Amino acid sequence: MLVVGCPGCDLLQQVPPLPPGATARCPRCSDVLATRPRGSTQRPLALAAAAAIVFVIANTATLMELSASGREAGTTIIGGTYELWRQGYPFSAAVVAFCSVVAPAVYIAFVLTVLLASLRPPAPRWVGELVLGTAFMRPWAMPEVMLLGILVALVKIADLATVIPGPGLYATGALVMLVAAIAATFDPAEVWTRVAWADGKQSSRFSLGAAAQ
Amino acid sequence: MNAAMPTAARAGLASCRVCGLLCRVAGAQAVGRGHCPRCGVPLASRFPYSVQRTWALVIAAAMCYVPANLLPVLTMNEPGASDPNTIMGGVISLYTTGSWHLALIVLVASIIIPLGKLLALGYLLVVVQRGAAMGNSGGRRDRTRLFRTIEFIGRWSMLDVFVVTFGAALVQAEPVMWAQVGPGMPYFGAVVILTMFAAMSFDPRLIWDPRAQGDNAGRAHG
Repeated sequence: MLVVGCPGCDLLQQVPPLPPGATARCPRCSDVLATRPRGSTQRPLALAAAAAIVFVIANTATLMELSASGREAGTTIIGGTYELWRQGYPFSAAVVAFCSVVAPAVYIAFVLTVLLASLRPPAPRWVGELVLGTAFMRPWAMPEVMLLGILVALVKIADLATVIPGPGLYATGALVMLVAAIAATFDPAEVWTRVAWADGKQSSRFSLGAAAQ
Repeated sequence: MNAAMPTAARAGLASCRVCGLLCRVAGAQAVGRGHCPRCGVPLASRFPYSVQRTWALVIAAAMCYVPANLLPVLTMNEPGASDPNTIMGGVISLYTTGSWHLALIVLVASIIIPLGKLLALGYLLVVVQRGAAMGNSGGRRDRTRLFRTIEFIGRWSMLDVFVVTFGAALVQAEPVMWAQVGPGMPYFGAVVILTMFAAMSFDPRLIWDPRAQGDNAGRAHG
């Protein structure tokens, strides 16, 4: 039995060991208390390895090409960011670069490293730091929003000129599915049980928070 | 009814914000009383100054919301003609070119979600600050769900930022046709970023706290 405080309403409760694929919810506020993904940690590992390869293709290959009156131009994800920068919008360029390139890259790299390093517990302390990093990056990694944005832009422009989807667009589509699958199968709670504690003691259930500092 | 519920705060415990480990802290209002022994982040029974921080971010986002919607975000240029588009203008031009489903998606993501987020966060903050007079647990449960929904869908507001970025990057066939990013763009990006930070700084546990426990440190006895 694991005792937790609900993240949604702070109610103290016991969570029994969950079967694979199950989710425990708070009876008071119905927030999620714990989840246990199906399958082993091998699954997110395989997905993260695939995502790393697809990420490189999505970011180097041409997203789409435009041809208007005999002139042709193509763009990549980085190219979009650079165009914002070139037109004098460095803040917007930084935001787009972070959400479309940096956050997904760091998220995939950290998940991959964490899973590899925790294959043989106890994993060293720095693995915990990387798990923190994945939790921080997850909301900002939004390839699915970017893909929809690219498609809307494509439809808008298709009215004015001929647009040809490139290999980068298909790779981005695959990346969207892989990142969603990683998020569904990667279980930080499982990793935390394999990581060496920050205070170096790895005591069992309750610890004196004040003593840690 | 709520007064009898065993919460972590009342038991002198706090769950770590990142890894969820339940830790003992000194005093129910404890802030800055040590770090999680497992992952090392600072422990707090409630997010420090959650109400104040969320208000500040909501107000900043509301101020950016006005220029974000009034200024053009993308201008399409052809020789002798230029067509500046605001966010709403982009929705209308999508609608008139025949793809009403895409127009609807952009309308929801760029106009309805940011506005709804600001209104919903403002409502939650007011209710929390007034000590939730209408505090039956059904209402509180609905408010928790409302908050989780805001948190979940907020990122989709980024949609128009990507539409403008890739629209501008692709349409660079000067002198035939070229696109220019408009001054509304950074304001719109700021609205999305600020509302995402606002949702992250709001502590949903405040919805369930009895009055006066509503915020910590800043006004512990307020």
